[in-house]
Amino acid sequence: MTAIVSLRNLRKSYGVGTPVETEVLHGIDIELDEGEFCALIGPSGSGKSTLLNLIGLLERPTSGDLAIAGSETAGLNEQALTVLRGRHIGFVFQFHHLLPAFTALENVMMPSIIEQGVATADAEAIARDLLLRVGLKGHEHKKANQLSGGQQQRVAIARALSRSPRLILADEPTGNLDTHTADDIFALLREFNRERGSACLIVTHDPRLAARCDRRIELVDGRVAHVSSA
Amino acid sequence: MARPKLPFEFLVALRFLREGRMQTALILLGVTGGVAVIVFLSQLISQLQATIIDRVLGSQAHVVMRPLEEANQRALNDPASIAVIEPRAQRLRSIDQWEAMVKLAEAQPRVVAVSPVVSGPAFALRGRASKSVALMGVDADRYRRIVKMDGYMTRGTFHVEGTNAIIGIELAKDLGVTVGDKVFVRAAGGRDELLQITGLFDIGNKDLNRRWVFTTMKLAQSLLDLPGGVSNIDITVTDIFDAQDVSERLQAGSGLTVDSWMTTNSQLLAALRNQTVSNNLIRSFVIVIVALGISSVLVVSVVQKQKEIGILRAMGTSSNRIMGIFLLQGGLVGFTGALAGVGLAWGLLQFFSSVYRTGDGAPLFQPQLDTGIALSAALIALVVGVLAALIPARRAAKMDPVQAIRA
Repeated sequence: MTAIVSLRNLRKSYGVGTPVETEVLHGIDIELDEGEFCALIGPSGSGKSTLLNLIGLLERPTSGDLAIAGSETAGLNEQALTVLRGRHIGFVFQFHHLLPAFTALENVMMPSIIEQGVATADAEAIARDLLLRVGLKGHEHKKANQLSGGQQQRVAIARALSRSPRLILADEPTGNLDTHTADDIFALLREFNRERGSACLIVTHDPRLAARCDRRIELVDGRVAHVSSA
Repeated sequence: MARPKLPFEFLVALRFLREGRMQTALILLGVTGGVAVIVFLSQLISQLQATIIDRVLGSQAHVVMRPLEEANQRALNDPASIAVIEPRAQRLRSIDQWEAMVKLAEAQPRVVAVSPVVSGPAFALRGRASKSVALMGVDADRYRRIVKMDGYMTRGTFHVEGTNAIIGIELAKDLGVTVGDKVFVRAAGGRDELLQITGLFDIGNKDLNRRWVFTTMKLAQSLLDLPGGVSNIDITVTDIFDAQDVSERLQAGSGLTVDSWMTTNSQLLAALRNQTVSNNLIRSFVIVIVALGISSVLVVSVVQKQKEIGILRAMGTSSNRIMGIFLLQGGLVGFTGALAGVGLAWGLLQFFSSVYRTGDGAPLFQPQLDTGIALSAALIALVVGVLAALIPARRAAKMDPVQAIRA
């Protein structure tokens, strides 16, 4: 199987060149295969979110190699990173982060609108289908802030999937949801993973959910402490 | 609801503006007010200036050519001599080879009309009344292109032949005459003639209405003892502000004394220029204030929209496009405000033109809006909007997506 994400000796420091320079990731080596469903666990402050942001190309590593879908990212400029991110990566954030000025349907179409420049009929069909799949039929034209937390997270998942990315990065996607809704959301991610073969990397504090992943990577103090497979 | 049709940047810019209702409304109001003030002031001042210039030039040639003043010559070229030079009394003289000078003037670019005039002092006599007048011997067809006499005629037409004369309404009143009556005219040299009044004019200037007596050139030449001569050549130019330029070139080419209305009315011109300068000053200040307003509202909006900017970046929007979204917001606010401002200025013009009237009840200015002024104001507002958005837009583009999302 080929790797969708490949990290070699990845390090990240904040405050480089200042007296308060701190290294939060001390050389991470991880490979994530295509279609893999993987949990990233560890205590608060262990560097999970930082690692996710690095893989999501939202931040740059201080040193080490990072390849997404076979492309080395070290030499790429901001523009190229943006393109790579848009093409291959879908994000699901903890606080669902929808655009409040737009409807559920528009939020799901947004990644396509960004890439195509305008909303195409195809994008609309895909978005409607995804909203149907996440159980939000009839809510298409509601503004994001008229939806419940669980509904917003469903919209966020539909949005992350709208460009059929090869990698979905989820930062505590169930963090602020009740157990029942959290199970639903998790099941949804798992379903799309099986059906479409999108690899998922999920940061979670919930050991129940982590146990249901193919693999668990545990981060402690900026190092990979433990890797276990189901 | 159909899917959005607008391109990405427009779509997001419009939604952001719509979301910030109160802010957007306030800044639109500011731009509208600013543009309205600029358009209204510019229109008002340009119209008032046009009216003033029109009145001044209504009875004046743009450029006048006259003979050189006669000067005394030193009898002895000896600096030690104690000869006293007195200014010489100027007698009425003809322009040397005036026909050639008329041709010279007509050949100049930007010259519309040239009219030789035979003018000099005389008395108009009737019964016991004796009035000092200015005899104006003209070729009516040429002169009506210098001073638009046709529009000033209250009786008869502007046409002179034989011993016919056209006089102003004030002179007619003073002498107690009207069209069809005769008036006796005696020039300073003693020559006289009985003239038949065929027309009356009202130039809108009492002094000229009392003084001007139009006759044929031939009659004026014989009365003023200027056989075959003319005392001055009046010239109209295409653009009144070219007059100085044309007069300088004519002076160099002809060797005569050539004056433009701009030198004869230099005080008026200075006043108009000062008015234009103060208008420009007001305009610049308003533009700066409007720009600051747009800028500050957008700066606040960038901070408020931090999270959205982060989300858009995470979904693959480049920082340049984020910048474009905020520049567009500035442009949209500027343009929309400009349209509303032009509308408001039009309303103000309607209102004030009905309120402010001249002594005789006519509106002080016309309520029409000049398309050029309106278009340039709209364009300026658009450009200022975009420029004002530059700082906030760059801030938005530079925002770190991770920080923005966490905010």
